[in-house]
Amino acid sequence: MSAPHRNGAPASLGCPLSARKGEVIVLGHGSGGRLTAELVSRVFLPALSNPLLDRLNDSAAVKVGASRVVFTTDSFVVNPLRFPGGDIGSLAVNGTVNDLAVTGGQPIGLSAAFILEEGFPIVELEAIVQSMRTAADRAGVSVIAADTKVVERGKADGLFITTSGIGIVAGKIELGAERIQVGDAVLVSGPIGDHGIAVMSAREGLEFQTTTISDSAPLNGLVSEMLESGGAIRCMRDATRGGVATVVNELAKSSGVEILIEEAAVPVRDGVRAACEILGLDPLYVACEGRLVAITHSGASDQVLAAMRRHPLGSDSRRIGVVTRSATSRVLLRTAFGTTRLLDVLDGAQLPRIC
Amino acid sequence: MKFLDEFRDAAVVHALIGQIRATITRPWTIMEVCGGQTHTIVRYGLDELLPREVALVHGPGCPVCVTPIEMIDLAIELSNRPEITLCSFGDMLRVPGSTRDLFDARAAGGDVRVVYSPLDALELARREPIREVVFFAVGFETTAPTTAMVVHQAARLKVPNFSVIAAHVRVPPAIEAILCSDENRVQGFLAAGHVCTVMGIDEYRPLVEKFKVPIIVTGFEPVDLLQGVAMCVAQLEEGRAEVENQYARSVKNEGNIAARDLMAEVFTFVDRRWRGFATLPKSALALSDRYAAYDAIRRFGLTQTRANEPIECRAGEVLRGLLKPPQCPAFGNSCTPDHPLGAPMVSTEGACAAYFRAGRLAAAATEAK
Repeated sequence: MSAPHRNGAPASLGCPLSARKGEVIVLGHGSGGRLTAELVSRVFLPALSNPLLDRLNDSAAVKVGASRVVFTTDSFVVNPLRFPGGDIGSLAVNGTVNDLAVTGGQPIGLSAAFILEEGFPIVELEAIVQSMRTAADRAGVSVIAADTKVVERGKADGLFITTSGIGIVAGKIELGAERIQVGDAVLVSGPIGDHGIAVMSAREGLEFQTTTISDSAPLNGLVSEMLESGGAIRCMRDATRGGVATVVNELAKSSGVEILIEEAAVPVRDGVRAACEILGLDPLYVACEGRLVAITHSGASDQVLAAMRRHPLGSDSRRIGVVTRSATSRVLLRTAFGTTRLLDVLDGAQLPRIC
Repeated sequence: MKFLDEFRDAAVVHALIGQIRATITRPWTIMEVCGGQTHTIVRYGLDELLPREVALVHGPGCPVCVTPIEMIDLAIELSNRPEITLCSFGDMLRVPGSTRDLFDARAAGGDVRVVYSPLDALELARREPIREVVFFAVGFETTAPTTAMVVHQAARLKVPNFSVIAAHVRVPPAIEAILCSDENRVQGFLAAGHVCTVMGIDEYRPLVEKFKVPIIVTGFEPVDLLQGVAMCVAQLEEGRAEVENQYARSVKNEGNIAARDLMAEVFTFVDRRWRGFATLPKSALALSDRYAAYDAIRRFGLTQTRANEPIECRAGEVLRGLLKPPQCPAFGNSCTPDHPLGAPMVSTEGACAAYFRAGRLAAAATEAK
């Protein structure tokens, strides 16, 4: 069926109506941006809603006796399986450890489920599982439950891994986006975008030479240092899919505040900047796997920053912004020229530009 | 970073703003032709810094935005055929055709792949000889040479299962169409530097002579754009109309002769309807008869039927500089980057997407007042 013409205007002046997406899953639903949020609110929350899930935190906290236990799960479908600085195995361990860590939990055990494609080389699986072991040792956690399924060739992209994790939150720790207040400082634990660029540099059809290696790392040690510093930390998030911009937007939304990010203060390595220039990407939206964003009381930011910088995974930590207002959920970016623009969430996947 | 930081230097930017303020005595309307330039202006908020007298309007130079709907429909039609693998740039996959886009076609089972270079598509054809690999080639004179190169190589290597839908377009006919229009209000142009890197600047001299408008060949960084605006304002204030080259670090008068020679061999000029414009004479590049075997339209016997356009999207007026994206009633309402009604809301170079991402702040501030 054709769409009607605008009255009196030549047909060439308009452009076509697209069928509303939503009938089938598109790749953008997995980007961590607006489409993912839409899927969560339209499909998952209506069916599964409960007070713990509805908070949409990286991990859910439940009281078990006198202890607070945090629980989380995450699937890993990275392509390629190996990239500079890591592989799907270490990523699957670090990702879940980090989701526990940023909610204040010390990980006590992980599970790992493997979906293997028929024909996948066992020697490659061995290397990936060994890499999981190394990553788990580094984080001080064990894989205490596991499962394996095999699907026919063509039904999976080599190997998918899902990890879940439980952790214990120490007594006094209280973290949450609802604690954010006007005047608070926004900190980031190091240069952003390394993981996304490292993966892209190894992706088929896009191979480019870079010295950038993934930042994939367990953040529980860094988080412990931060919590022990005694500075008032309101909340933390690890900046994975969708990058720092997406995480800061999530924080602004769930706490109902306006956050101002100073573009010049955001640490980005030259190699990442260069790759982003070539590909037409904004580093603020490129994934990290070993960086966190923390919101602290403004008076505590120096104390927390000092603690972060003492840890090897936080040595390049920076203060990148401030919570400016309440009652309006958005993120603004101040450029080096003093102009200000909206730093929105990503719509679908970031696509390399044409020219 | 070398070659970037010096063109994003805040002190230089503010000095150029001062220079423009000191020169300007009355309002001028200047069009930046290329979507990449629009993106820089909005991303860095350069329009906020400029004096009120400078009205920047955004031009048609977004390749996915002006690709006619019929060509997208053809690509979608081809992607439905079981023997065909359709390749294109990522941006192109989200541009709506008459009823759906190429991502929808892929979700419905079509073999649609994102490539970063046409050479990847040719490589795919050689690797999978039982597939018919079709590259959907879009873009201005900037990307046309790589398409010319890949068609030339396919012929040289005698790759039988590779072809292209050539949807390349040229900038000068679009500038001429804007200047010929009764509704035109553009008084000076910032021409697209990368197009001129390939084509040189001589194509623009007849336009300057005929229409008495300054055309400044301009780069893409904040300092480039403000320097371009400063040069354009100086010409307008002095009553001059010349072609000037701000982007001399990349653009030579004669352009890239090797690229132009290859384009002349592989392509021929044809008339084409642009999205947002009427049919523009000699505005597009089609494969020449010598390379007809690599023309997907001829190979698969496709006929272009004229597609219908809807009432709601006013991208045509945006692309001709008559309407700013937030002035469109659909902007941010029924048309968003998730659910684009028109191509300018899709591409990173599209004016609507640039405003949606970065410029909503200004719109919100206006609403607040």
